Amino acid sequence: MNCTNEMRLIMDSKSINEGFSRVAVASFIACLDPNIEELTDIKTAVSEAVTNAIVHGYKEKEGKIYITVSLFENNIIRIKVRDKGVGIKDIEKAMEPLFTTAGSERAGLGFAVMESFMDKVRVSSKPDCGTTVCLEKKIWGKRI
Amino acid sequence: MSAKIEYKQKEIRVYLSGEIDHHSASLIRASIDDAIIHKKPSLLIMDFGEVSFMDSSGIGLVMGRYKLMKTVHGRIRVENLSPSAYKVMVLAGLERLGEIKQKEVV
Repeated sequence: MNCTNEMRLIMDSKSINEGFSRVAVASFIACLDPNIEELTDIKTAVSEAVTNAIVHGYKEKEGKIYITVSLFENNIIRIKVRDKGVGIKDIEKAMEPLFTTAGSERAGLGFAVMESFMDKVRVSSKPDCGTTVCLEKKIWGKRI
Repeated sequence: MSAKIEYKQKEIRVYLSGEIDHHSASLIRASIDDAIIHKKPSLLIMDFGEVSFMDSSGIGLVMGRYKLMKTVHGRIRVENLSPSAYKVMVLAGLERLGEIKQKEVV
């Protein structure tokens, strides 16, 4: 797959940046002419990944979040959200619906939402090094 | 985002507006909880009509209030969800905790 366009964003792991990050990603992919539903799906998935980096990766402490958005020839977008936080010991367990380590206000559905709204979700992580979440989706736009 | 709270006898209606994410949910949670603890309503209605965006933090917001309403022996109802917010709520199985209604298409 040939990448046709790419952007990178580095931001502080502050919860106030959650809104900015999803809008920034949505603005960048607007050139592929996605429909409203696709845009909402992508914004929601990005919001989940960034929230995970803030709440779990950095445990609400200071750090940087690295977002890369790549567009490919066949209207496939790939979004990588990376943190250099604590990492995940058991990825399979972390991706189980309803599993959470963050207390009663978190539903434990972040990965379930990402998986239902995107075509592919891949997670790679190493304890004490950080986590990368890779989200992929094909944009059909108004062709549906 | 903001939350406007209305009282009617044994009912509390919360009108939510704007974007609900982890950041904004933490800002409005306390005001809703204060209202529940003081008024001990038999029904809490959360109106999502003016919510423009919601991620899974919206689920946490409803689940947390559901648990608190149980301690005062009350019920919860979620109204006026957009199609995508409804999709997120159903994914979480929230219809088992209370009534979940989509926005009516005019």
